[in-house]
Amino acid sequence: MKTAIVLLPGLNRDRDMISAIRTISGQEPLTVWQTETEIPAGVDLVIVPGGFSFGDYLRCGAIGARMPVMRAVADAAGRGVRVLGVCNGFQMLLEAGLLPGVLMRNASLNFVCRSVKLEVTNADTVFTRRYRQGQMIDCPVAHHDGNYFADAETLARLKGENRVVFRYADGTNPNGSADDIAGIVNAEGNVLGMMPHPENLIEDAHGGTDGRPLFEGALDLVAA
Amino acid sequence: MITARVTVTLKTGVLDPQGKAIEGALATLGFDGVDGVRQGKVFDIELGHDDRRRAETDLAAMCEKLLANTVIEDYAVEIV
Repeated sequence: MKTAIVLLPGLNRDRDMISAIRTISGQEPLTVWQTETEIPAGVDLVIVPGGFSFGDYLRCGAIGARMPVMRAVADAAGRGVRVLGVCNGFQMLLEAGLLPGVLMRNASLNFVCRSVKLEVTNADTVFTRRYRQGQMIDCPVAHHDGNYFADAETLARLKGENRVVFRYADGTNPNGSADDIAGIVNAEGNVLGMMPHPENLIEDAHGGTDGRPLFEGALDLVAA
Repeated sequence: MITARVTVTLKTGVLDPQGKAIEGALATLGFDGVDGVRQGKVFDIELGHDDRRRAETDLAAMCEKLLANTVIEDYAVEIV
């Protein structure tokens, strides 16, 4: 499995993601700069990492989502390539129209940076198949705009199609997101966007390894 | 040359925590009788031509493609 990590100015979790992929797969991921118009052939997983692309000017992820590389990411997703967007990456996937809805300012208006509990609400995707259905996992969050919003019809569709794959555990929602949504997939199941940072919980030195199975699933690696 | 003002506002029913915080601050300053505050954005855009019809088409497209996120926002274009 070959991984490509998208780079835009203002992102700051790209190196965390590169390190995570290197540690888990033993392979060096490719990087793809914002001006590129194609994802290199043979790439199986594209990751849009977190940060503050273009300073989050206008709206979080709005400018980044309109750079040429995001068109390339959309094309790749259309061909069935797996796409993972984390934090600002999730915001860009929404702004680019690869996933429905929008991420608004946290209801508390505060930047939240802490570990949260997530429930795996759909363990039947390539990203979550190394978890058990209903498993509770730890995962760090660090964001100011994680308050997922979509109209009632979209929320009902996401629920009905079982496309909410991660929810904040009861009573721990850090941002006020609708239905406690922390991560969703597209209808085809090959695009996942999520606010928490699984790449920051993959080795013991991080204080836990609950983020690791996500990458093992996405990279077709056998569970350790 | 055409100058346009684009106003982007949150749709009715979309929660606006920043507007709520501003409303609270106004109350703290002693302004009573404020029933609600909604925060929005204003863009003043200068076009290098005088073709009004083209301006209207382009500005609507700019709003749809970038200036507003129509999931949560409405926009209004005023050519001044």
